[in-house]
Amino acid sequence: MAATIKIRAKAKGGVTTVKALMNHPMETGLRKDKKTGNKIPAHFIQEVVAEHNGKVVMTAYWGTAISKNPYISFKFAGGNKGDKIKISWVDNQGQSDSREATIK
Amino acid sequence: MILKRRTFLQRTLATSTVAMAASAGLMAPRAVFAEWPKNAFMAKGVPEALTGLLGTTSANDSDQIKIKAPDIAENGAVVPVTVSTSLDNVESISIVASANNQPLTSNYILPAGTEAFVSTRIKMAKTSDVIAVVKAGGNIYTTKKEVKVTIGGCGG
Repeated sequence: MAATIKIRAKAKGGVTTVKALMNHPMETGLRKDKKTGNKIPAHFIQEVVAEHNGKVVMTAYWGTAISKNPYISFKFAGGNKGDKIKISWVDNQGQSDSREATIK
Repeated sequence: MILKRRTFLQRTLATSTVAMAASAGLMAPRAVFAEWPKNAFMAKGVPEALTGLLGTTSANDSDQIKIKAPDIAENGAVVPVTVSTSLDNVESISIVASANNQPLTSNYILPAGTEAFVSTRIKMAKTSDVIAVVKAGGNIYTTKKEVKVTIGGCGG
């Protein structure tokens, strides 16, 4: 799968702010296909894990009510320019992706 | 490539342990955490969702939690919500949209060192309260804010 995560991480005053955008349909399972009338099966990210230099700084569990192409932002103490931030997600159909970025 | 037998064995052993801990094809960090709380996310009501997630519905209202969300959301499919709190020892933040079919939208586990701040975009079926549930120091605190939705964002 192509890279589905965009990460921006910025360190300022001892706090690192991380913003991430993921490409994902986030289907609720309630929507109907207009042509066929069949329900579109649920397809959504269940878990997002963010790591800073290998240490987990945030875990998110998501339901279907997170918007399509999800956005997430969080802050943690510490983190320097050049450190690595890794974000991974797993969805309910077993697909997954992860991406690493550098703190600016 | 020539691998020393000892190293080879050690590596195989290490990888297979990880593979067993995480179910096939998933990343190693996943093994460290509890399962996705299915009961909480599938619950149809707010109390059931909270019981499924935190094991209790008893919560204290707190004015130390701030929800930043629009008063009127034109599009219920994308409602930006930011939750922050000045409470100490925050363990997790959950965001609930009370009128949704499945009210629990998300739950964030924040280890020590991570600030009690989270921002995301949620879907809302109709006008309702957005409830922020914060677990801090073993207690549960909530606060809520009404968001008016002109076009619903769940199913349709």
